[in-house]
Amino acid sequence: MIRILLRYLVLFSLTFLTLSALSFSLVYLFPTEPVTTLTGITPQNLVQHEALVTQYHLDDSYLVQFAHYLGDLFNGNWGVSLFSGEPLLDEIMLALPATIELSAYAMSIVLVVGIPLGCYSGLKAYTGSDYTINSVSVVVNSVPVVWLAVIFILTFSLQFGWLPLSGRINLLFDIPSQTGFLFIDILLTDNIDTARALKDAFLHLILPTLAIAFISTAALVRITRRSVIDVLNQPYIIAARAKGLSSRQIFFRHVLRNALLPALPLLAMQITTLITNAMIVETLFSWPGIGSWLIQAIYQRDYSALRMGMLAVSTLVVMITIAIDLFNRLIDPSREKYESVTI
Amino acid sequence: MFNRLAWPVTTAVVIVMLGGCSPQKYSSNINEGLVYCSESDPISMNPQLDTSTTTADATAHQIYNRLLEFDPESGRIRPSLASSWTISDNGLVYRFELRQGVQFHNTAYFTPSRTFSADDVLFSFNRWRLQEHEFHPVSGGYYPYFESLGLADNIADIKKVNSHRIEITLRQRDSSFLANIASDFSVILSAEYGDALMSAGIPEQIDELPIGTGPFKYSDYKQNHYIRYDINQAYWQTVPAHSLIFDITPKSSLRLAKLMTGECDAVAFPARVDHAIIREREDLVLAEKAGLNIGFWAFNTQRAPFDNPLVRKALAYAIDKNTLLEAVYFDSAIRAKSLLPEASWAYQADANDTGYNPVLARKLLDEAGIKPGFTMSIWAIPVERAYNPNARKMAELIQRYLAEIDVEVNIVSYDWTTFRRQLRQGNHDSVLIGWSADNGDPDNFYRPLLSCDAIPSGTNRARWCNRAYDDILDRALQTENIDIRKALYLQANELIFDKLPLVPIAHAFRYQAYREELSGMVINPYGGVRLGGVTKARD
Repeated sequence: MIRILLRYLVLFSLTFLTLSALSFSLVYLFPTEPVTTLTGITPQNLVQHEALVTQYHLDDSYLVQFAHYLGDLFNGNWGVSLFSGEPLLDEIMLALPATIELSAYAMSIVLVVGIPLGCYSGLKAYTGSDYTINSVSVVVNSVPVVWLAVIFILTFSLQFGWLPLSGRINLLFDIPSQTGFLFIDILLTDNIDTARALKDAFLHLILPTLAIAFISTAALVRITRRSVIDVLNQPYIIAARAKGLSSRQIFFRHVLRNALLPALPLLAMQITTLITNAMIVETLFSWPGIGSWLIQAIYQRDYSALRMGMLAVSTLVVMITIAIDLFNRLIDPSREKYESVTI
Repeated sequence: MFNRLAWPVTTAVVIVMLGGCSPQKYSSNINEGLVYCSESDPISMNPQLDTSTTTADATAHQIYNRLLEFDPESGRIRPSLASSWTISDNGLVYRFELRQGVQFHNTAYFTPSRTFSADDVLFSFNRWRLQEHEFHPVSGGYYPYFESLGLADNIADIKKVNSHRIEITLRQRDSSFLANIASDFSVILSAEYGDALMSAGIPEQIDELPIGTGPFKYSDYKQNHYIRYDINQAYWQTVPAHSLIFDITPKSSLRLAKLMTGECDAVAFPARVDHAIIREREDLVLAEKAGLNIGFWAFNTQRAPFDNPLVRKALAYAIDKNTLLEAVYFDSAIRAKSLLPEASWAYQADANDTGYNPVLARKLLDEAGIKPGFTMSIWAIPVERAYNPNARKMAELIQRYLAEIDVEVNIVSYDWTTFRRQLRQGNHDSVLIGWSADNGDPDNFYRPLLSCDAIPSGTNRARWCNRAYDDILDRALQTENIDIRKALYLQANELIFDKLPLVPIAHAFRYQAYREELSGMVINPYGGVRLGGVTKARD
């Protein structure tokens, strides 16, 4: 167990080191002064320039600079945005929860809809309902998320006028950001009509969540279906049936668990797709998350923000992937037998 | 086996997901507070520092007041923070009686201890007027509106007579002076706030966390996202019914979409292509009003044969302005007869105008000795402007009209920077361009467009210099009597019609789109949007 954890820790550290080296190299690769990209401050005069160079050790060798860069990262000294002058740590900590929130809701819909539908399709393999589900999911899976989101906006916002199309909540509700997770923040805020604010936030959530969830659900349905069909063909299912277990017992005891295990790594890959989709959908729905924040930074040539944003997002994705992989290891008895016994 | 479970689960999920979408419209959910979708971030919270419409919209009439203001309907100047004013006989001394008991904003960052007084006027004016004023260099120290007009140089002195009376002495008579201090940029700041910030060592804060006397108090601003304003409960005029939010939405298509769903109550700059959609919908209103602008066709009067008024007249008679209005402005403009649009108090409804008469045009050309086959150039501005949304197309139409009288036309266009430089050097035969004014004073049209002094500064595209015309304009500034001034501008119109250095074509409309629940939305041709008096019907 400890060996697995250690192995993943090393894996994570190495990946993080590579990523931060990459983001550090951007300091020199972006077409501005390294001082500006690193700190987000455009020095007004030579004195300030010198002070910044000394403070950030830019006159030392690259290796020393990098060491200090890492130190700054861990101390939370991420520099400021070239455009707004706000500390990047604050800006990212405001934008990232919005993306995580959106992705989390989308992910729960994916799981709640995708797994049952996939199982059903797998159990009914090669029948009419299976073909229907399967072909619908192939079609949905091939739809670009941008198009789907725009169709949703056209239909539900502009045509019927049921749902809002921008932001997390109507600006008329003044919700100060405390945790960054909107529903928690609403509950923490006094002096507002909590019920109406929650309803409004919920209405804002529907379209972007569905747009993201649709595509990943389709993928998950197909993954689960394939897996269920494979498991059903295993000899132990025949054995179970021979023992006289009911279909229900077979499904819950043998099929479900065994089918989901191989599906998990594929699901992990879906999470990165989902976050990428979330970032695209954010810009369409003006969702103030990390995706639209990064797009803004690109438009504004905000180099310091781009550097940190790239590092933050990629680190998040790596962390999620590794966490899922680890989880997968821990619950899969067929992989590392020795360790799993010690749990 | 599994279907017994699957369907209840999926149905439950779908029901949960659809639970929020009752068939009720989203727009009917929210009704307190006013959301205005603006197009961009303001540069500053103080319009003294920036002349862009965006800054003026977000600040000038929401947070601040001026000594005087324009009536958006008639264009007349009316009292605001100054309750009355007198002008000395020689027209050089302006005495303002200030309103008593006007409160400055009481916010989290400033609590005023006194009401508005002469000190605040002195502070606000001296900030842009006097180089040595301690606030002059704060936030860049550049005050574009006042510097472009040379206003600071023309003010000899500003004196506090008593706590509610001030006296401004000019060096030269300037009857557009009142219009200038009624413009969006001449806002009144709080001297007490300035002093407090100066002693705290953070003077820049005066332009970031503003304090004014206007209907709304600044509350919060997030770049690229929103500006939040609270109601100023102590406002000296009608207290606004709603708090205000500027939702910053740069894409005009998204602004329209949000207007449709009700996420915005009103939007800035509805795009021309969206007008039809807005008109079609019953829940939206597209208000229009002739703007303070003019699109025209100017001849380079320093070049032969355009130095001959006959030639200029002939060309003017050769074109059909109504067709141009239809084809280029899609009827979102009205025909211009003189330089001034209807919104100006000196507008002359019965001004002379050239009609479409190609036979007369050819005859005049023959008189001037211009042979058939004569070739000239028309320069068309390469950018889209309210006063001329498609100069290229207009040039092509004129090309066809002039072909009928045997005049050949080359259409010339460069990129915008080169275009303006070449124009300033006078390399054109004629040009399709226009002008948007900053305030309601007629002098803001007549002087920059056709006076002799405006040739070097580059706004006189006709390069026309007529001493009699300049004399009329100067005389018009020597008096404050509106009727006398109006009579003088009528003379100027006649002179322009007689010499025709330029052909006025159109005054483009200004548009404002908003939801029909709003009342009190008035297009302000004299600057930024005013949202203080707007109310929203509640369901």
